[in-house]
Amino acid sequence: MIIGTTVTLAFRAIMRHKLRSFLTTLGIIIGVAAVVTMVTLGNGATASVKESISSLGANILQLRPGQGFGRGGGGPRPPDFDPDDVTAIAQQITGVRAVAAQAQSSGTAIYEGNNWSTTVNGTTASYFEAQQWALQSGRLFMPEEEEAGKSVCIIGSTLKNNLFKQEDPLGKQFRIKGVSCQVIGILATRGQGGFGNDQDDVVVMPIKFVQRRFTGNRDVSMIMIAVDDAYETSAVQSSLEGMMRERRNIKPGDPDNFNVFDTKQISDTLTGTTTMLTQIVTAVAGISLLVGGIGIMNIMLVSVTERTREIGIRLAIGAVASEVLLQFLVEAIVLSCLGGLMGLFLALIATAIAAPLMGVPFLFDVRINVIAFAFSAAIGVVFGYFPAKRAAALNPIDALRHE
Amino acid sequence: MLNDPIITMRGVTKVYGEGPTAFQALKGVDLEIERGDFVAVMGPSGSGKSTTMNILGCLDVPSAGEFLFHGHHVERLDRDQRALLRRKYLGFVFQGFNLLSRTTALENVELPLLYRGDERKARQEAGLAALDKVGLKPWWDHTPAELSGGQQQRVAIARAIVTQPDLLLADEPTGNLDSERSIEIMELLTDLNQNSGITVLMVTHEPDMAAFARTIIHFRDGVVESIEKGARA
Repeated sequence: MIIGTTVTLAFRAIMRHKLRSFLTTLGIIIGVAAVVTMVTLGNGATASVKESISSLGANILQLRPGQGFGRGGGGPRPPDFDPDDVTAIAQQITGVRAVAAQAQSSGTAIYEGNNWSTTVNGTTASYFEAQQWALQSGRLFMPEEEEAGKSVCIIGSTLKNNLFKQEDPLGKQFRIKGVSCQVIGILATRGQGGFGNDQDDVVVMPIKFVQRRFTGNRDVSMIMIAVDDAYETSAVQSSLEGMMRERRNIKPGDPDNFNVFDTKQISDTLTGTTTMLTQIVTAVAGISLLVGGIGIMNIMLVSVTERTREIGIRLAIGAVASEVLLQFLVEAIVLSCLGGLMGLFLALIATAIAAPLMGVPFLFDVRINVIAFAFSAAIGVVFGYFPAKRAAALNPIDALRHE
Repeated sequence: MLNDPIITMRGVTKVYGEGPTAFQALKGVDLEIERGDFVAVMGPSGSGKSTTMNILGCLDVPSAGEFLFHGHHVERLDRDQRALLRRKYLGFVFQGFNLLSRTTALENVELPLLYRGDERKARQEAGLAALDKVGLKPWWDHTPAELSGGQQQRVAIARAIVTQPDLLLADEPTGNLDSERSIEIMELLTDLNQNSGITVLMVTHEPDMAAFARTIIHFRDGVVESIEKGARA
């Protein structure tokens, strides 16, 4: 018998029992939908984590005083860095693409009737180079402006929108913490940072100006180091740590009083966590798919018993065992494939609804759809074979007598 | 037409079970059925007539002895070879009709052609022709539940003859019908026998039905008791 005919027969048998067929495939529908939805949403979550991390800049090391993010327990406050540290890093560590010293402060910016509380970041032009953060308009600091600590600033888009509204801020003067400052550049919008902070809510000024007018000392509170792509970040990190221990006179065995924060490492950790969670949920969903397969086997076995007489008729009028086997097998496969298709459709709807609610991008993954569908078809083969085998082995005389 | 046996049985025995519980259903049956004959098989329950029919229908094999059908030694064929023999030369009509439920008359009749591998169009044409022969062409799209018992049996007969078999085996075809429908069915079988050249072999309990046959074979205790010429011989 031709395969096409068998498929026709299978469709007829399925359509004859619509409700039963639907209930049979429900397990597959839910299983496939669950797997595909979880993987798609998981991929979206991973992508959004990666995106927010990469907005910190790729291969960036941040050198801060103290251990971890806090400034340490009750002991003396670890000293900040000094400008010579920055020069030393730039000159002595191999694999460094750019180094930028930072001195941070905060204050309220005032322009005409508007005021806006923001972060003041004192740094150098290499800060933008290190983070590969482009300007939307205007220009960077000139070396002589940095050297002299002139009162010029580059502002982020959040500050621009809140302080200047529709006006073009370039060349305008605004006041911050009692000093006046001229806008020379506007940064391109970056969006949320890895910790949910708004990176665009910032005013960047030459570090010498911030030190002189705001912090009152020459301390550098943070150093940003961009690692050349050709070098291993970890190697650069360890030579950096070695040098800093030496420069800060830390005795062997004593703990560091500074820390190096690797954005790539954070990115890997967060991505790894999301991926692992996705895998766990997918595995659970996969189990439900397996249970769905067992459901199909169950119903097919019942179906074989219920249709014993039909099988007897088919055998009597000249069906050979392999044709009966094929018929039941194809029926199981068609059932599970239909279930798979419905599951994919359901997953499409579910992800399209859930992705915006969860705030993750909706990434349609062809691969997982193909895999889930192939898996549902395979379930049809595996769990359909046993009932089909049983049907084919029936004795026509007994089958015809079956009530 | 005579002396051209379509079926030859020589010393056929059939034993069910083994050891002390073994039951000998057939104790040496010798039988010859001519091509074109209309045979009624009679006998009380347990006389071996059903077992004989199963063997004649190539559904079962003898425990010993020879069974030649169409020149094939059926006792030497395996399951699938016998299925192919059934597909090609045999038509079955059962007491309980045995139609597929929730399936139209035409689809039921087409079923044997599906296994023969006929194309869709050829199947439909042959199926409708067979339904026409039993007078049910207008009912082709009705399911068994929508047909009367007599009509269902006609559909079953259409299914049996759609492949143009040499031999039609009917197991108490009128057992579930009233006498009026029974006579209609018997007339249909007689017509098929006389005008389509199909050899008919029918098991029946009712002498009235056996009277339609040309040859009547009586079974008793696993052997052929007697063979007589029927009223129409």
